[in-house]
Amino acid sequence: MSDKVLEAIKINKHFAGAQVQHVLKDVSFSINKGDFASIVGKSGCGKSTLLYILSTMDTDYEGDLLIDNEPMRLKTEAELARVRNEKIGFVFQFHYLLNEFSVVRNVMIPGLKLGKYSEKELEDSAMEKLKIFGIDDQARKMPNQLSGGQKQRVAIARALINDPLIIMGDEPTGNLDKKNSEIVFNLFQKLAREYKQTLLIVTHDMEFAQATDHVIEMEDGRIIK
Amino acid sequence: MRYKLLVNIAVALSMARWKQTLVAAVGVTFSITMFITLLGFMNGLNDMLDGLILNRTPHIKLYNELKPSLVQPVQLASDYKDHYHFIRSVKPYGGRLEIYNVNPIIDAVLKDERVLGLAPKISTQVFYTVGSVDVAGVINGVDVEAENNLFFFSTYVTSGNYIDLKNIPNSIILGKAAADKMLAKIGDVIQVTTVTGEQQQLKVVGYFQSGINDLDKVQSYSSLNTAQKLLGESRNYITDLQIKLKDIELAPAMAKEYSALFGIDAEDIQTANSQFETGSSVRSTISYAVGITLLIVAGFGIYNILNMMIYEKMDSIAILKATGFSGTDVKRIFIMIALSIGVIGVMFGLIFGFLVSSLVDQIPFNTAALPRIKTFPVNYNPKFYIIGATFGIFTTYLAGYLPSRKASKVDPVVIIRGK
Repeated sequence: MSDKVLEAIKINKHFAGAQVQHVLKDVSFSINKGDFASIVGKSGCGKSTLLYILSTMDTDYEGDLLIDNEPMRLKTEAELARVRNEKIGFVFQFHYLLNEFSVVRNVMIPGLKLGKYSEKELEDSAMEKLKIFGIDDQARKMPNQLSGGQKQRVAIARALINDPLIIMGDEPTGNLDKKNSEIVFNLFQKLAREYKQTLLIVTHDMEFAQATDHVIEMEDGRIIK
Repeated sequence: MRYKLLVNIAVALSMARWKQTLVAAVGVTFSITMFITLLGFMNGLNDMLDGLILNRTPHIKLYNELKPSLVQPVQLASDYKDHYHFIRSVKPYGGRLEIYNVNPIIDAVLKDERVLGLAPKISTQVFYTVGSVDVAGVINGVDVEAENNLFFFSTYVTSGNYIDLKNIPNSIILGKAAADKMLAKIGDVIQVTTVTGEQQQLKVVGYFQSGINDLDKVQSYSSLNTAQKLLGESRNYITDLQIKLKDIELAPAMAKEYSALFGIDAEDIQTANSQFETGSSVRSTISYAVGITLLIVAGFGIYNILNMMIYEKMDSIAILKATGFSGTDVKRIFIMIALSIGVIGVMFGLIFGFLVSSLVDQIPFNTAALPRIKTFPVNYNPKFYIIGATFGIFTTYLAGYLPSRKASKVDPVVIIRGK
């Protein structure tokens, strides 16, 4: 497979403190285009830490990270921001919508930041994405008028607005009830199967993980499977 | 496009806490208003007080001072040339106060390009006869028109017409306080006695009020002719030449130059009235200090509000950074908020400053000492408005800079993982 979207090479991370903790130990793996991958492991095994390094937000590590075959190590803060904007979509445990803007505007903001398309085009594309998730009727509302599940779907739509190479999720269903978890999970499935979207999801939900193509299991800072 | 988005976000964030934003802007408005009003009022007052003396003081005064002989007899003896001389016995003599060759000097001075004008004056001591008592006074014989043109004589003549002094022979304009003492009404005839014992009847044609009561008790004005007659001197008798310059700063140098050129004494305005300049500059400094302190306090207000906003909007900052906004973008957003608070606050501050100044300008201010002044004096110099605006915007920028830098350094990982 040549289409490596993301590659981690011997990533090590230490947490400084009274006692230096070695939280990631020689982590190497890669994600190919179209993969639906998940990282699982017990809480505290370093899976979220790994995700934030992969997301370029955490730059305090040793080793190399390639996104779209480009090394991230020596990029400046502004360049990394640009990479996140263009190539990575995020879904967190919490939705992090901006309460000052309407739903559709929230979805559009990363697109406006990228500045590749006009405002009109972005609005159309945002509406289209909301439609896929069945919440286009909520587009003009403010985020605080939506339910938790709806908010999380808006957050996923926001992650998709710039057609990213990869979507990263940090426990995206962690804050949701059973029913909403299922809806969100089905959405990820749909994105992977129908739209061939590359996905990398951190979760502790084994059921969720089993349904993905590629499960990366972590224990104590190492990949064990 | 990208700036538009940043502006959008800045507006949304400040509107989310619009009450605080408003309070911050009102703080700036208030301080700029006070700054403008304070400086306008202070400088109005300064101008008035300076005018009290400086307007009426010649920039250079040429005169003959009574002084002892420079060369004492002992110095003429060659035997004692190298000794220190204790014996100084020759007292001032002659007592000629008039300026020699006054007409050629007047011609020469008037030809000088740097000179705005010249007014000759005769200053002489007299006694006003009040009943059976004599009261000491000074009569200034002036060239009425030149005096008015250069030193605004008419503004100090509170009753009567100043030009009567020229048109009515043997007339006098009395200081208001002196007139009150003598119970002299306009049209009355008073008697004065000169130092040489001459007595003369003079007709009162007006009152003069300088704003300095002690001066008004003593000083009176007459025309040059009247004064010359009073002294029994010829038409060439002039004791002072008052010179007004185009540029007041040249006065000290030119005073020295004239003194050397004409061989008479010359006094410049800076030497004669240095205390006024000191007073003015101290007052200005104090008002600037107070104004700038107000602005700095307003700056702290903005600093606090932005800091709070940043703590409150930590999540928003984190997600903006996660979705591709760089630290610089975030910094710009918060600087924009600070600057728009500043610019709006300053704009209203300038308007209110002007309005409050005009209001102060309307407040009646009547004092016996200052007949010309009916309301509080205010100076509307645009300089204060420009300084206020510049400093106001600069302060808000500084107040915004530190919190914005903090916002730009927010680590999204810490915020997002902390949930």
